[in-house]
Amino acid sequence: MENLQFIIIIIFSPLIQGIIRKFKAGLQGRVGAGILQPYYDIIRLLKKEMVLSTVTSWIFKITPYIVFISTIVAAMMVPVITTKITTKSSFSIMGDVIALIYIFALGKCFMALAALDAGTAFGGEGSSREMIVSILVEPMIMLCIFTTAIAAGSTNLARIAEQGYIFTPSHVLALFAFMVAVVADTGRIPVDNPDTHLELTMIHEGMLLEYSGKYLALMEWSHYMKQMLLFTLAVDMFFPVGIAHNIEPSSLIVSSGVYSLKILFMAGMMAIIESTRAKMRFFQLPSLLGGSFVLAVLSLLTFIMIGK
Amino acid sequence: MLFFVGAVIPLISVRKTKNYAYILPTTGAVTLAIFGAYLLFTPPVNISSISITPVLEFVFRGDAISGFFIFVISILTFSVSIYSIGYTKSLANKGVMGFLFSIFILSMYAVVLSGNIITFLISWETMSVVSYFLVTFDREEKSARAGLIYAVMTHVGTAFIIALFLILYKYTGYTDFSDIKTAVKDLPDAIKTVVFVFAVIGFGTKAGIIPLHTWLPEAHPAAPSNISALMSGVMIKTGIYGILRIAVDVLGIGPEWWGIAILVIGAVSSVLGILYALMEHDIKRLLAYCSVENIGIILLGIGASMVLASNGLYKLSAIAMTAGLYHTLNHAIFKGLLFLGAGSVVHSTHTKNMEDMGGLIKLMPYTAIFFLIGSISICALPFFNGFVSEWLTYQSLLFGFKSVSVTAKVVAPMGGAALAFTGALAIACFVKVFGISFLGMPRSDHAESAKESSPSMIAGMAILALLCLVFGIFPDSTIKLFSPAVLSLTGAEYMSSGKNILYISEIASGLSPLAILVAMLAIFFAAVVLIRVVGGKRKITYGDSWDCGIPSLTPRMQYTATAFTKPIRIIFKKIYRPRQDVKISYTLKPLLVKSIKYSSEITPFFDRYFYKPVANFIHSIAGKVKYLQSGALHLYLGYILATLILLLVFMS
Repeated sequence: MENLQFIIIIIFSPLIQGIIRKFKAGLQGRVGAGILQPYYDIIRLLKKEMVLSTVTSWIFKITPYIVFISTIVAAMMVPVITTKITTKSSFSIMGDVIALIYIFALGKCFMALAALDAGTAFGGEGSSREMIVSILVEPMIMLCIFTTAIAAGSTNLARIAEQGYIFTPSHVLALFAFMVAVVADTGRIPVDNPDTHLELTMIHEGMLLEYSGKYLALMEWSHYMKQMLLFTLAVDMFFPVGIAHNIEPSSLIVSSGVYSLKILFMAGMMAIIESTRAKMRFFQLPSLLGGSFVLAVLSLLTFIMIGK
Repeated sequence: MLFFVGAVIPLISVRKTKNYAYILPTTGAVTLAIFGAYLLFTPPVNISSISITPVLEFVFRGDAISGFFIFVISILTFSVSIYSIGYTKSLANKGVMGFLFSIFILSMYAVVLSGNIITFLISWETMSVVSYFLVTFDREEKSARAGLIYAVMTHVGTAFIIALFLILYKYTGYTDFSDIKTAVKDLPDAIKTVVFVFAVIGFGTKAGIIPLHTWLPEAHPAAPSNISALMSGVMIKTGIYGILRIAVDVLGIGPEWWGIAILVIGAVSSVLGILYALMEHDIKRLLAYCSVENIGIILLGIGASMVLASNGLYKLSAIAMTAGLYHTLNHAIFKGLLFLGAGSVVHSTHTKNMEDMGGLIKLMPYTAIFFLIGSISICALPFFNGFVSEWLTYQSLLFGFKSVSVTAKVVAPMGGAALAFTGALAIACFVKVFGISFLGMPRSDHAESAKESSPSMIAGMAILALLCLVFGIFPDSTIKLFSPAVLSLTGAEYMSSGKNILYISEIASGLSPLAILVAMLAIFFAAVVLIRVVGGKRKITYGDSWDCGIPSLTPRMQYTATAFTKPIRIIFKKIYRPRQDVKISYTLKPLLVKSIKYSSEITPFFDRYFYKPVANFIHSIAGKVKYLQSGALHLYLGYILATLILLLVFMS
C-alpha cells in the first residue's frame, strides 16, 4: 500500500502542470487552457505518428524510455503522503536522496546525448546549456540535502521527512537555495522559458526539438513528473508537517489534503515567479545560481555553528 | 608461492614476435587474480626472500592490502592482454612491445608485493623506467617530450620516496616494512609528519594529484593505448598503494590534519582535474585529466577515513576506506575500458582529435556501446560500478559531521559539495566525449571510413564492460571480497546487511542497485505496454533533421566540442584564463570576407606559473654551470688538483 504512493506522482503530475499554466494565465489576464490540457496533449502525442531523423542512432530511441523510467524510479523513493517506507522490505531500500539525485542525472545525461544525436546545432546548443545549468545547480542541491540530512542524521528521505524540522535558520537558508534549484531544474523563468519555441533561447525545449509522437509524449510526461517530484522533495525536506507516519486511512486522508495544499502552494509560487520575472541572459545565470550556492553553504555552516 | 613462480615465468618469456604471446600474460593474470583473492583471505604470507648480501635482501610478502591491489592489477591485465592481441598487430616492434608489456606488469606486481625498502625501490624504479620506454614507444618527437616530462616528474617523486625511506631507516634501524611498522610508534611526531608529507608528495606524483599531475596528460596520450589503459588504470594506483602503505598502514592513525590534508588534495584534484578534462579535444588527453579527477575521488574516501579514524570513529572510518578502495577498483576497470575504447577509435580513425570524429556509433557499434558503458560508469550513474563507490564516498563525507572537531565538520561536507560539482562536470565532460565523437554525422573522411575493431579488441572491452555492470549491481559481494584489506588498514570492517543491499545502520540509509535495475526493467515493460494500449501502432517516418528550411545540413554545421564547452570556458574564465585569436582575411575590406580563422586555448595554470619558472630556473643554473665544462683537458686536471687540495685541507 505505502509502496504505491509513487502512482500519485505519475497520475497527477500533468494536472499540476495544467494548474501552473492556469495560474499563470490568470496572473497575465488570460483565460488559458483548461487544467486538464496536459493530459490531452500527452494522449494526442501518443496517438500521433513519429518523424525521426535519419542521422539518429539507437541512443535517440532509448532516451525517452530511460528518462521516463528513471523519473518513475526516482518517484518510488520519495515519501509522498506517508513516511512509512522506512521498513526494509519496501522501495526505500532502493536508495536514498543521494541516489535519487543521481537517478535524475541519468535521465539528464541521456537527454543531453540524444540532443547531440541528430547532428543539429540546436540540439547541441540545448545540450550544452543544460549541462552548464546542471553543473551550477547540482552542488547546490547536494549542499541543501546535506543540511537536512545532517539535521536528520540520515540520508533516507523518509527519515528526513519524519523529523519535522520547520524553519530553523539553517533550513530557511537551504530552502531558498533549493527553490532556486527547483526553478532551474524544471526549466522555468528566469533560467529557461518553458513556453518559448524560438530556437536560440531554448534550453530544455532545444533538446526535445527532434522528438515527436510517442517519444515526445514520454519526454513531456517525464518532465511533468520531475517537476512534481521536485516539489514533493522540497515539501518533504523543508515543511513535512502533516505527512502521515503510518498507513491508517484517517491520517492518510489528512495527509493527502495537506499535501495537495502544499503542492498547490508550490505551483502558485512557480506561477508568480514566472509571471513577475523576466528571463535572464544565459551568462547572468552564474550570478543567480552562485548566489544561491553561497546561501546553501551558509545554511550548512549555520547548522554546524549553532546546531539547528 | 607456486602460483607466483608459475605466473612469473610465462610473463617474462614473452619475447616471441607472435601476437599469441599475449595469451601468456593473460593466463598469468588469471592465476594472479586467484592469488590476490587468496591473499585477501589468509594471514600475510612470505612469498620468497632472496638474500644476496645481508643488506641487499629481496623480500616479497603478500598481505590483504597487496592482495587487493594484485586483484585489481590482474583484472585489468587480463582484459588488456586480450585486447593487445588485436591491437598490436600493426605495430612495428611487436616483440619489444610484448617484452616491455610483460616486464611492466611484473614490476607492478613486484611493487605491491615488496616487503622491504630495497625491494620496493628496485621494483618501483623498474616500473618507472619500463613505463618510460613504453611512453616513448612510438618514437615521435611528441612522445619523446612526453617521455622527458614523465621521467623528470617520476624521479622527483622517487627522490621524495627514497628520502622518506632513508628517514624511516635512520630512525628505526630496520628495512623491513613489518619491523618498521612496529618500531614507528615510538618515533617523535615531527619525524612522522615529515614522512607523511614526503609520502604524499612522492607517491602523489605517481598517482597524479594536483599540482603534481602535469606528466599525466603528456605521457598517457603518447603511449600506445593498451599501455595507457594499464598506466591510467593501475600504474597510478601504485601511488595510492604507496600512500596507503606508508601513511595509513605503517604510520598508523595520525593527527587529524593529515586526513584533512588528503581530503583537501582530493577535492582540489577532482574539481580541477575534470575542469581541465572538459577543455581537451584530444580524447586521450581528456581521459588522462579525468584520471586526475578520479584519483581525487579516491583520496576523498581515504582522507575521510583518516579523519574519522583520528576522531575515534573506527567503524565509520572503515566505511570510508571501503569507499576509497571500491573506487580504486572501479576506476581501474572503467578507465581501462575507456582507454581501450579510445584506442580502438584512434586505431580506426587515425586521429585523436574529437572534432574530426562523429557518427562512429553506426560504424563501430560494439566499441560505441562499451565506450558508453564506460562513460556512464565514470559519471557515477546508476546502475554501474561508479555509482556505488561515489555513493559510499558521499556517505563517508557526511560522516565527517559526527567527528568532534569543527574543522572536520566543515571540511568534510564541503568535500561532498566538491564531489557533487565534480559529478556534474563529469557528466558534461562525457556527454561531450560520447556525443561529439560517436553521435551525429562523421566530421571528417577519417571518421567516415572508420571500421569496427578486431574481435579480440572487442572481447577485451566486453570483459571490462561486463565487470562494470557486475560490480555495480552486486556491491555487497564486491565489498566482502576486499573487506580484509579494509580490516587491515583501519582495524574495523564494513559489514553490510547482505542480499545485495548496501545498508549503513548508523544513518539508516541504504542503496540497492539491483532493486533499482529490477524496478527499471519492470517499469520499462509497463511503459511499452501502456504506450501500445493508448497510442496503438503508428508508422514511423524518416526524414532529415530540422534544418530551419535551408536545403540540407552538413556535418560542419553540427555543434563542436569547442562550442559545447564554450559556456564553461566563459563562466570559469578565472581558472582557465582563455586566450583566443580571430584572424579574418578579406577580399575587399571590410565587406567581402574570404576566411575567418578562430583559435582559442586555455592557459594550463600550473605549467605556466609553477613548472615553467622552475624549469627556467634550472635552465639558467645549468647555463651557468656550463662554463665549468669548457672541454679543455687542462682545466679538468686543474679541477682534480683543486679538489685534492681541498680534501687534504679538510682531512687534516
